[in-house]
Amino acid sequence: MRTYLLRRLLQAVFVLWAAYTVSFGVLYLLPSDPATIMAAGGGDASTVTQEQTDALRHSYGLDQPVAQQYGTRLLDAVHGDLGRSVQNGVPVTHLLSRALPTTVQLAASAMLLALVLGSALALAASWTRRGWLRQLLLSLPSLGVSAPTFWVGLVLVQLFSFHWRVFPAFGDEGFAALVLPSVTLALPGAALIAQVLAKSLRTALAEPYVQTALAKGASRRRVLFGHAVRNASIPPLTLIGIMAGNVLAGAVVVETVFARAGVGRETAAAVTAQDIPVVQGVVILGAVTFVLTTLAVDLIHPLLDPRITTTTTRPAVRA
Amino acid sequence: MTGSRHQASLLTSAVVLSLTLAACSSGSSTSPAGGASAKPHAGGHLTFALGSDPICVDPHQAATNDAVYAARGLVDSLTDQDSATGRIAPWLATSWEVSPDASAFTFHLRDGATFSDGTPVDAQSVKANFDAVVKLGAKSIFGSGYLSGYRSTEVIDAHTAKVTFDHPNAQFLQATSTTTLGLLAPASLKRSAESLCAGPLTGSGPFTLDSYTPGRSVELSRRANYTGGSALWRHTGPAYLDKITFKVVPESGVRTGSLESGQVDAIAGVAPQDEAGLTSQGEKLLSRSNPGVPVALSVNAGRPQSGDIAVRRALEVAVDRKEVVDTVLSSSYHPATSSLSSTTDDYQDNAKLLAYDPAAAGRILDAAGWRAGPDGTRAKNGVKLDLKVILAPNFGPNQSVLELIQQQLKKVGIGVTLKVLTIADYQLAQKSGDYDLAWGNGTRADPDILRTAFSSKLLNLSRIQDPRLESLLDAQASAADPAKRAGIVATAQRRVLEQAYQIPVFEMTSVFALSTKVHDITLGSSSQAQFHDAWLS
Repeated sequence: MRTYLLRRLLQAVFVLWAAYTVSFGVLYLLPSDPATIMAAGGGDASTVTQEQTDALRHSYGLDQPVAQQYGTRLLDAVHGDLGRSVQNGVPVTHLLSRALPTTVQLAASAMLLALVLGSALALAASWTRRGWLRQLLLSLPSLGVSAPTFWVGLVLVQLFSFHWRVFPAFGDEGFAALVLPSVTLALPGAALIAQVLAKSLRTALAEPYVQTALAKGASRRRVLFGHAVRNASIPPLTLIGIMAGNVLAGAVVVETVFARAGVGRETAAAVTAQDIPVVQGVVILGAVTFVLTTLAVDLIHPLLDPRITTTTTRPAVRA
Repeated sequence: MTGSRHQASLLTSAVVLSLTLAACSSGSSTSPAGGASAKPHAGGHLTFALGSDPICVDPHQAATNDAVYAARGLVDSLTDQDSATGRIAPWLATSWEVSPDASAFTFHLRDGATFSDGTPVDAQSVKANFDAVVKLGAKSIFGSGYLSGYRSTEVIDAHTAKVTFDHPNAQFLQATSTTTLGLLAPASLKRSAESLCAGPLTGSGPFTLDSYTPGRSVELSRRANYTGGSALWRHTGPAYLDKITFKVVPESGVRTGSLESGQVDAIAGVAPQDEAGLTSQGEKLLSRSNPGVPVALSVNAGRPQSGDIAVRRALEVAVDRKEVVDTVLSSSYHPATSSLSSTTDDYQDNAKLLAYDPAAAGRILDAAGWRAGPDGTRAKNGVKLDLKVILAPNFGPNQSVLELIQQQLKKVGIGVTLKVLTIADYQLAQKSGDYDLAWGNGTRADPDILRTAFSSKLLNLSRIQDPRLESLLDAQASAADPAKRAGIVATAQRRVLEQAYQIPVFEMTSVFALSTKVHDITLGSSSQAQFHDAWLS
C-alpha cells in the first residue's frame, strides 16, 4: 500500500510538471503577448506607444528569453508562488483562492446532484417492469447529454428566475443562488452516470449469481440493491473521476451565464487576455483536482470489489 | 467564448420574446408610475448591471466602458464637456488659459474643493496626478495618449497649475474632462498601480469606493460632505443616491431578464435584439452614439485592390448603411455620416459623400477598368476584386452586419471574404498587413482621434502616406482657437472620405435600459453613464 501511494505521488508530480510545461509552451508559442493585448485596450484605437508597451512587457518579465522565463516561473511555482496576473497585478494564488470557494461549492453540489439524479434514473429504469416506461427513462440521458449547457442554463433562468421568480438569476451569495447553476452543471453528468449505470446494471442482472439469489428466495429489491448495484457501480465510479474535469470545464460556461465569480470565469478572462500566469495557475489547479479525484476513485475501488487490488506488483507466490 | 456568448444572447432573446408574448396575451398591462409629480430626492440604493468585470476601478487606469461607469463618480475632473455642444465647462477649474500654440495650459482651481479624506484639491495635487498618470505608462491606455509629450506641471500658486508639453497638444483640454484625468488624493497616488486597481482609493468625486470584489461587484457610497460639482450638472452638492452597487452580469440575456424581473434597476450593454422586448415591457432605454471614429472598414492602402482609390470610392457608395441599421441593429443606432461620429466635437455632416448609390459604384469601377467576370466578381489585369475583411467579435452583431455588407457588395461585383479573429489575432493581422479591410472603431470625444487613427506617426490604420492629411492633422493639434480648429477638422474629415481611407458604416452606440423608478442617469460626452443627478422614485 505504501509503495502504491508513493508511486501515485510520483505520478502526480509528473502530471503536474507536464501540465505546467505544456501550457507554458502553448501560451508562449502564441504569436501575440499579453502586453500587446493590454496596450490595444480591447480593440479600441489606443495611443500607447511601442516604448510604453515594451516597458509594460519588461515589468512583467515577458522580455526575458523563453528558457529563463520558464525556469524562473517553474522555480517560483515549486515554492508556491505562481506569479502575478498581467491584467491587474494580483498574485495568482490570491486570485485563485478567492475564486475557488465559489467553484468548489458549485462543483460539489453539481457532482452530488449528478450522482443522485443519475443513479435514481438508472435504478428506476432497472426496477420497472413496464417496457415503455423503461424505454422512456433510458432515452432521457441521451437528451441530457446532447443539450448544450448554456442553453439549459438560459432556459432554467428564464423559467425559474424571470418568469416564476423563485431563484435569483445571478450572483454567488447564498443557497438560492446555487440551485440553478448546480442543476445546469449536473444534468450532463447525471445523464452520463445514468447511461453507464443502467448499462452495467443490465449486465450485472444477467449474471448467474442473480439467478442463484432469486432461486434462493431473495426479493427483487434485495437482488437489485444488495447484489447488483454493488457490482455495477464500478464503471460509474470510474466515470466520476473524469466528471471532475468536465465539471471544471462546464464551470466556464455556467459561471458566465449565472455571473458567478469563480475559477471558470477567471479562466475565460485570462485566456482572452492571454494572461499567462493566471492560465498556468488554472492548469495546475485542474491537474491537482484531477490527480486527487482519480486517486480517491482508485482507493475506493477495492472497497467495492475485493477482487480489485491496489498493489499490482504484489508477488504471485509468497514464500 | 465570445462566439458562443453571442449565440446564447440570440437564443435568450427568442425565449424572452416568447415569454413576452405570453405575458401580453394574458392581458397584463403595466402603467408607468406617475413620474410627472415626482421630484428628485435624496436616498435610495441603485443596482446597476455591467456586462464585464471592470478589472481595475482606478479612474486613471480604467480601460473599458464598464470600468469607467464604476469609476466616474469617484473623481472630479478639472473640466467637464457638454455632451450636446462639445463645449468645455468649468468643474474643479473655474477658468483656464491656453497658449497660442496649444502647448501650455494654465488652470485656475475653485476654492474649497476637497478629496474625501479632507485634504484640499490644490495645484500641488494636480501636479501629483498628472505626474502619476505619466508614470503609469501603458497601464493607463488612455492617459498615455492624453499626456503624450508631457513636460511638467508647474505649481504657480496654491490655486494655479500650468501644464506644459513638448509639442502642441490641443486635445489636452478635452482630455482634462475625462475620467482618466480625474483627480485622486495625493495619499492614494503613493500606492502601487496594482493596489489602486482593487482599491481602496480616495478621490475628489461625489461618491466613495466601499469595495470592489473582482468579477462580482463594485460598491459606492455617497459622500455626504461633497460640495461643488460640474457647471453642467443639474444640482450641486452631495449626490442623491445613498449607494450604488454595480453587479457584473456577463450574459446579455440574463441582464435583460434581471431588469425585467426587478432583480436590478438598470443595465448597461443592451444587445440590439433585446431592445424591442425591453420597451414593450415598459423599461426605459437610454442611448447615445459614441463619439470618435464610427464603426468602419479601414482600408489597407498597401494592397493592390484596396490601394485603388476607385475601389475605395465604390465601396463608400455601395454600402447601404440604412439597411444595416434597420435590419441588423436597432433604432438606437445611426448610420455613419462622416469620418467622425455625430457626437464628436467639430463633427461635420458629409452624408452626401456616403449616399447609397450602387449604380454609381458600378460606373466608378467600370471606368477604372474593374470588369465583371463570369462569376459576377470584377477583376482587372488578372487581379480579382475579392477583399479580405478582418474582424474581432468585440461587439455581438459584428458578423451579422458584415454578412449583410457582403451581400450588398456582391450586387456591384465586389467579393468579400470574412475572417473572424480573436482580439489578439486581429491585432497581429493589423500589424502584419494581411488584410484589405479591417473592421473597427475608436472612441474619443475630441476630434484628435482622427490624428490617432490616420497619422503615419501614430496608428495609421489605413497604412497611408498623405502629406496633405498629415499637415491638417498636425494643424488641428496646434490650434488653440476653437473656431479655427473646427475649420481644419472639417477639412480633414472630408479629406478622409474623399480619399476613402475608411468606409464608415454606423455609429457605435452605448445603450442602457432603466426601470421606470430610475431617473436622471445622464450620459457624458464620451457616452459614459453618470450618477450624480440620478435618483429613485
